[in-house]
Amino acid sequence: MRSKVVFARLLRNRQARYGAIALVLLVALAYIGPYIGPYDWTDKDFLSFLSPPSADHWWGTTTIGQDMYAVTLRGMQKSIIIGLLVALLATGLAALVGAFAGYFGGWVDKVLMWGVDLLLVLPSFLIIAIVSPRLKGASWLWFVALLAAFTWMITSRVVRSMTLSLREREYVLAAVYMGIPRWKIILRHIVPNLSSLLIIDATLNVSAAVIGEAALSFFGFGIQPPDVSLGTLIAEGSRNATGYPWLFAFPAGLLVVLVLSVNLLGDGLRDALDPGSNS
Amino acid sequence: MSILEVRDLNVTFPGGIEAVRGVSYEVSRGEVLGIVGESGSGKSVTSLAIMGLLPPNAVVSGSVKLHGKELLGLDEGKLTEVRGKSISMIFQDPLSAFTPVYTIGDQVAEAVRVHQKLPKDKAAKRAVELLDLVGIPHPDARAKSFPHEFSGGMRQRAMIAMAIANDPDLLICDEPTTALDVTIQAQVLEVLKTAQRETGAGIVMITHDLGVIAGMADRVLVMYAGRPVEQGRVDDIYSRPRMPYTMGLLASIPRIDGEQGPLVPIEGNPPSPVELPPGCPFAPRCPMKVDACDDEEPPLVEIGGGRQVACIRSREIEHKNLTGTDVFPVPVIPPSDAVRVPREQRPTVLELDDVIRHYPLMKGAVFKRRVGTVHAVDGISFDIAQGETLALVGESGCGKTTTLQQIMQLRAPERGRVVVLGRDSATLNKAAHKELRSELQIVFQDPMAALDPRMPVGDIIAEPLRAHGRKDVAVRVDELLRLVGLAPEHAARYPQHFSGGQRQRIGIARALALDPKVLVLDEPVSALDVSIQAGVINLLERLKNTLGLSYLFVAHDLAVVRHLADRVAVMYLGKITEIGAVEDVYDRPAHPYTQALLSAIPLPDPALERTRKRILLDGDLPSPADPPSGCRFRTRCPKFARLSQAEQRRCVDEEPLVARHANAMDHGVACHYAEEIEVITASEDQEEQ
Repeated sequence: MRSKVVFARLLRNRQARYGAIALVLLVALAYIGPYIGPYDWTDKDFLSFLSPPSADHWWGTTTIGQDMYAVTLRGMQKSIIIGLLVALLATGLAALVGAFAGYFGGWVDKVLMWGVDLLLVLPSFLIIAIVSPRLKGASWLWFVALLAAFTWMITSRVVRSMTLSLREREYVLAAVYMGIPRWKIILRHIVPNLSSLLIIDATLNVSAAVIGEAALSFFGFGIQPPDVSLGTLIAEGSRNATGYPWLFAFPAGLLVVLVLSVNLLGDGLRDALDPGSNS
Repeated sequence: MSILEVRDLNVTFPGGIEAVRGVSYEVSRGEVLGIVGESGSGKSVTSLAIMGLLPPNAVVSGSVKLHGKELLGLDEGKLTEVRGKSISMIFQDPLSAFTPVYTIGDQVAEAVRVHQKLPKDKAAKRAVELLDLVGIPHPDARAKSFPHEFSGGMRQRAMIAMAIANDPDLLICDEPTTALDVTIQAQVLEVLKTAQRETGAGIVMITHDLGVIAGMADRVLVMYAGRPVEQGRVDDIYSRPRMPYTMGLLASIPRIDGEQGPLVPIEGNPPSPVELPPGCPFAPRCPMKVDACDDEEPPLVEIGGGRQVACIRSREIEHKNLTGTDVFPVPVIPPSDAVRVPREQRPTVLELDDVIRHYPLMKGAVFKRRVGTVHAVDGISFDIAQGETLALVGESGCGKTTTLQQIMQLRAPERGRVVVLGRDSATLNKAAHKELRSELQIVFQDPMAALDPRMPVGDIIAEPLRAHGRKDVAVRVDELLRLVGLAPEHAARYPQHFSGGQRQRIGIARALALDPKVLVLDEPVSALDVSIQAGVINLLERLKNTLGLSYLFVAHDLAVVRHLADRVAVMYLGKITEIGAVEDVYDRPAHPYTQALLSAIPLPDPALERTRKRILLDGDLPSPADPPSGCRFRTRCPKFARLSQAEQRRCVDEEPLVARHANAMDHGVACHYAEEIEVITASEDQEEQ
């Protein structure tokens, strides 16, 4: 019943519709776009370095003659996956750990919160720097896991304190008196009532993950050349942003559109889940 | 000479919400005007508009004259001079009306100094005098206390002290006793009367409690959907209401003085202020509606004797002398089969035997140590037979809710036994535990908080069904919705889209989903408006009789209890003081606490209310962490005060146990010197019996 109602409300929400359409278009552009362009992302055109957008190179070329259109789309494939995955993992982990700690209390709470505090004091950048050389050649999914592992802690503390007040609510008590198992109460009554916070957190995490990945790549961890991501492209392009704006404008613009569409979809989802809104 | 004159007051909020439409009244010196109406009828907004306390985006028109001087449109500086000096206001929630970081004395003194040029020490002295006037014991010491150190009743007294600090000409009391217990309410109302005598002020008393109005007010203004619909002297309104809404309101209140058959609910809900019906706003709910009612909104017209009514059929009502029960359809509630069998032969569905529940009081941040014990529930025993309703009554803090939680947890109590349907909660294994859960369900007090706001109603009701693995959930949900008087298509909506009464019905449907045998009702109607409350009470009664349920009913409203319960147990500080059949306990109460409790309840009958003598209790409930020795009630007991020293000794040393009282079949009292007194004058229909 709930999923059906929420889905119907989501479809009725104009923001969510635009957000979803934009996201679908971006994904389509990232994966279908390369087949349409005349160049492959590994091709180098030695006849035109740093040439502005033209009929041949739609988005211009880089310093070493790569086609900007192909490279940017290749980067976007990575960034979409990294951004969405990291956001989902980090927020999901935060919600689960926070809600379990808050709801169960006692030693469960203590152990989980110790873990959170420990991760908070560890310098995440150093850990990633130490671990990533060992992951050379391993799947980039490891990188996603690492990024997610260091972004969820603060949210989970917020979730925990909100759970503390939620668990005293009468509808939670009512569920207990119905004989519903506790993990089900957490998933069914507590986490959905935190959804506003979680959705905002997840949408913020998408952009944070893409940028964070760029920062790490810039220092030589994460996505390594010759492979590219939006982050690496923005980092490179920003150095020449005034002289050769196309190096910067296209990846940065796509990142903005990506984050914007995720935000719109998130806002719509929040409204659909929140019965108090009038959509 | 009237102090306050309100003429054609209108308040509109952004979005075209007309909260108040054409309110006119006047208050003379020493007069009490009662304003009654359900939530959302615009009573509070009216008084806020008079005080100039509405948010700036509200559009106020009309005229408000204090001593002939127009208040509307005054600038903030001039208004501040009036507020607190000529008009003061007493709010509902006394905790949020005080600043937590200043002492009570300082805050009262501040109220004095704002309007009078007094040195600080004189103002502080005046504050102590005022606190003394409102009956706060040891006022000079208590003036140095902080708000959180005061109990609810004490805070409300301090609030009154602050309000009368500058001898105001007009006191506006907005639900001054709604948040308080009945015995405390009786005290505070007494203080208000004293305050009025001292200051000679006019009082505007806003409340939804028709009993309080009957005892306090000289004149009554009834509001509905932002408009006054009837106005007149209090006796006239109560004995001969001329507007169907007032008639319905009076017929829907359960009365503490005797039997009266099913309550008469007013169907439907008050209209939303955004989409008012074209004609009379009450027309959609009115049983006397004729086509002409939809044509235009009836004006408030004078019908003689200082009365004003807004109803086109008021002459007819006058002529035929109709009352609420004549006009509104009286619901028919099928009788119960269970009552035909004598109580002793019916199986016991719930039994509590000497149950205690103590909470440790801990101190220290790192190393916690036990510094005391809160005796929340301290050895209570009762049983409920099949098809019976036992009501647990008492003031807040007496342990009612703790008792409920102990029962609902289905775990072994610290001492004693909880037996549900013949099975001891201490000996249950996991499967039996779950099975018993489906037999014992609960309806909560606050229908807003008890339903998950993020779940559609269909899911809420289906939740217990799915948890217990029932099949054909959708069919059952439809059936349950119909059973509680809702429509199956309501299943796809969220709880927010329902009114309070409907939400409580959803709560009841959820509790009934698993076909329980015992239903625990935790103040199920106390959060509802009277006209809605009657409908829910009738529903509960009908369900009990048709489904053969047994209820454990927890309430502080003794009138509702009299209406719904078969037996009643009165609790005080974690102990049962009196238990027995409702007629015995209400008509012949033998414990001094029960007597005080019953006498504190205001009756919705001005004539009776004026002649009644109240047994006023002193002070507040003692702390359950440190209960008095012997009889727990002795510190406040009016009887204890009259006993000789030798007799008092027994109350101090020996704890009274619940003993069978007199010849009554089913009446137990825990008092060494139990003695019956009649505190409620029997109503007429009871005398006829």
